[in-house]
Amino acid sequence: MDTNQSTKPGGAIAEAAAPGVERIDVTAINKTETRSLYKSREPIYPKRVQGTFRKTKAIAMTIMFAIYYGLPWVRWDRGLNAPDQAVLVDFPGRRFYFFFIEIWPQEIYYITGLLILAAIGLFLVTSLFGRVWCGFACPQTVWTDLFLAVERRVEGDRNKRIRLAKAPWTMDKIFKKIIKHSIWLVIAVGTGGAWVLYFHDAPTLFRDLFTLDAPMTAYLFIALLTFFTYLLGGFAREQVCIYMCPWPRIQGAMLDEDTLMVSYEKDRGEPRGPHKKGDTWEGRGHCVSCRQCVVVCPMGIDIRDGAQLECIGCGLCIDACNGIMKKLDLPQNLIAFDTDKNIERRSKGEPTSYSLFRPRTFVYSGVLVLVAAVMLLSLLNRSTLELNIQRDRNPLYVTLSDGGVRNGYTVKILNKTQDARNFRLTHQSEHALEMKIVGTDAQLQDFIVNVESDKLRAVRVFLTKPGDTSPVENIPVTFTVTDIELGTTASYEGTFVGGGK
Amino acid sequence: MADNQKEIDEHSGVDTTGHEWDGIKELNNPLPKWWVYTFYITCIWAVLYWIAMPAIPLASSYTKGVLGYSQRQVVADEIAAANAKKAVWADRLMSTPLEKVSDDPQLMTYVMSAAGTSFGDNCATCHGTGAQGSKGYPNLNDDDWLWGGTLEEIQTTIQYGIRSEHEETRYSEMPFFVKDGLLERDQVRALAEYVLALSGEDHDAALAASAAETYEFECASCHMEDGAGDIFVGAPNLKDKIWLHGEGRDAIIKNIGYMKAGVMPAWKDRLDEATIRSLAIYVHSLGGGQ
Repeated sequence: MDTNQSTKPGGAIAEAAAPGVERIDVTAINKTETRSLYKSREPIYPKRVQGTFRKTKAIAMTIMFAIYYGLPWVRWDRGLNAPDQAVLVDFPGRRFYFFFIEIWPQEIYYITGLLILAAIGLFLVTSLFGRVWCGFACPQTVWTDLFLAVERRVEGDRNKRIRLAKAPWTMDKIFKKIIKHSIWLVIAVGTGGAWVLYFHDAPTLFRDLFTLDAPMTAYLFIALLTFFTYLLGGFAREQVCIYMCPWPRIQGAMLDEDTLMVSYEKDRGEPRGPHKKGDTWEGRGHCVSCRQCVVVCPMGIDIRDGAQLECIGCGLCIDACNGIMKKLDLPQNLIAFDTDKNIERRSKGEPTSYSLFRPRTFVYSGVLVLVAAVMLLSLLNRSTLELNIQRDRNPLYVTLSDGGVRNGYTVKILNKTQDARNFRLTHQSEHALEMKIVGTDAQLQDFIVNVESDKLRAVRVFLTKPGDTSPVENIPVTFTVTDIELGTTASYEGTFVGGGK
Repeated sequence: MADNQKEIDEHSGVDTTGHEWDGIKELNNPLPKWWVYTFYITCIWAVLYWIAMPAIPLASSYTKGVLGYSQRQVVADEIAAANAKKAVWADRLMSTPLEKVSDDPQLMTYVMSAAGTSFGDNCATCHGTGAQGSKGYPNLNDDDWLWGGTLEEIQTTIQYGIRSEHEETRYSEMPFFVKDGLLERDQVRALAEYVLALSGEDHDAALAASAAETYEFECASCHMEDGAGDIFVGAPNLKDKIWLHGEGRDAIIKNIGYMKAGVMPAWKDRLDEATIRSLAIYVHSLGGGQ
């Protein structure tokens, strides 16, 4: 077993883990057994590591920053009457643009669909490959990683940082701290700065931000995101994942014995302990207790304790361990992406096996495909013309001097195309009713309503039952609008209240 | 507990507060730090707020605060700003001829929304929120107008009122034929049949015919020979299907004998000219405007 006796803080203790491998004095700060519920955060100083996963993380970070900072600048031609920004949430204009998709407020359920897709996608990936979202893609991870990189560049690697933290406040230390926090703040401002670009025309807003012409809300949201990026990336870090985020707790339900997770292969590693030069590897495990896996962990845990809530599955401990294994001329992947089942099978001497196709993954994939199909279908069938009609309720009907009865309607025509269009309004009912659109222009007298591109137009319409016709109670009326050029139609089932007159 | 010694809980190693309910003791754990800091910040905020903003009531006044903030002033400023915005539209409305307003869709949008509010504030009390009226109070949605239904006529009615105290008011009076003893009850009954006949309702033809002379002599000067009424004296049309003071034989008899005449105040001195104009356009647009 590991012992935590400490002689030289922050440095190697007397005994080496193996020839050429120092044994680092480090405790897993966030080990569940030793962590008190009421304790201030103890800073973690993750050591720099090199390897496949470190590289993957760097590539993932680059791609995600490229998307985040680049997307608002992508243009998408929608003609003269609509913004040309590919992704734009236009609150004043009440539209959401996403490449070829344009969503009106009443179509917000598309967003619900997207969120469901994202959630199910996350379920599927998690049940297959564990917490890859947490380890590689989550903004909290990505920004913390970036902040750590800055910290490392300014203050040095683990040991230097620990020494600096304990050092008295010299000019050098003050200088380093100022540099670090300044860079952090610049990154944080950039985070908020890119965020607001999604809500306005990016080139215009970007210029306005510097000339102080941008709207107050833009500055407010930049300030808000700056503050939280700085706080969460610079200080709260792993605390966000352990205490604030609900996702690690939910994920417990997605993981099973077939899920690939960052695992310490205890079948091969135990019993562990320092290895002396010339000693045999027979009868003992390959883990030399060098604690490299602990010292590189950004979450402050010991992966050899098994799967735990705090592990974000970033694989940095795999890189660290593989480095040591190479030095010792032992096989790679003592810590690896592996399944619980395989560890058990190997310890029984059975061959390993992976099963990607399990009931769980089938269900998740099935739901994913279903939701995607429904979304696609509804998007393809999205109408560019809608008709909504409100009948006057006060008064319900008006008696005219000749004994006729009149009903008033507010007819709303939504033109979702990018051009102004002319629509013909017609009505149909079992009883002969006369229609009139309120307004003086000649088009309206001919029941033709012109609606501007991408706009809603409301007109007042009167239906009158002439006084010399037989009395009616409530009768159904169908209103129809027809696009004169395209021929598209939309109908609305309404009522005419005759009042028995 | 009698002694002041702290009791340490054996499981958590935390001392207790000494409070005990049914054998359950409360541990004296510290509050979360974020909570404590937030609490301190709110305390500081409160003190600063007392200094900066109006806060403490005094005997006849209150502490004004160094920022000099006043909600009354804010409201006054907001109303002034809203009025300034409105003034632009009011000017545009006043400079547009009344009958041309409906050709300007932007101005019309302003008029309809502004007049909708003014109508609710001033007119709805009698005419109803939907301008549907009720017995004795004209329905403004229909096409029957006592004093005329053109834009100009409606505007004049709103400005000077009907039987109001304004000297230019629209005024007319129908005699109380029974109360003042001008007609016998039998004559009135016959007259009612005549009026029913005018509007094509069921009636006693013989009685109606007997009242023709009385109608000619007593009623035709205002309601006209054919019963079509006269908008210059506000005499209702007796031929149509709209009955302001009640439908049917009994109501007609009662009205001839003891006529009720409605009163509408003059709005000229209560509302500004632009509001009256917009109200006229609003009422005209309800469906019956001529």
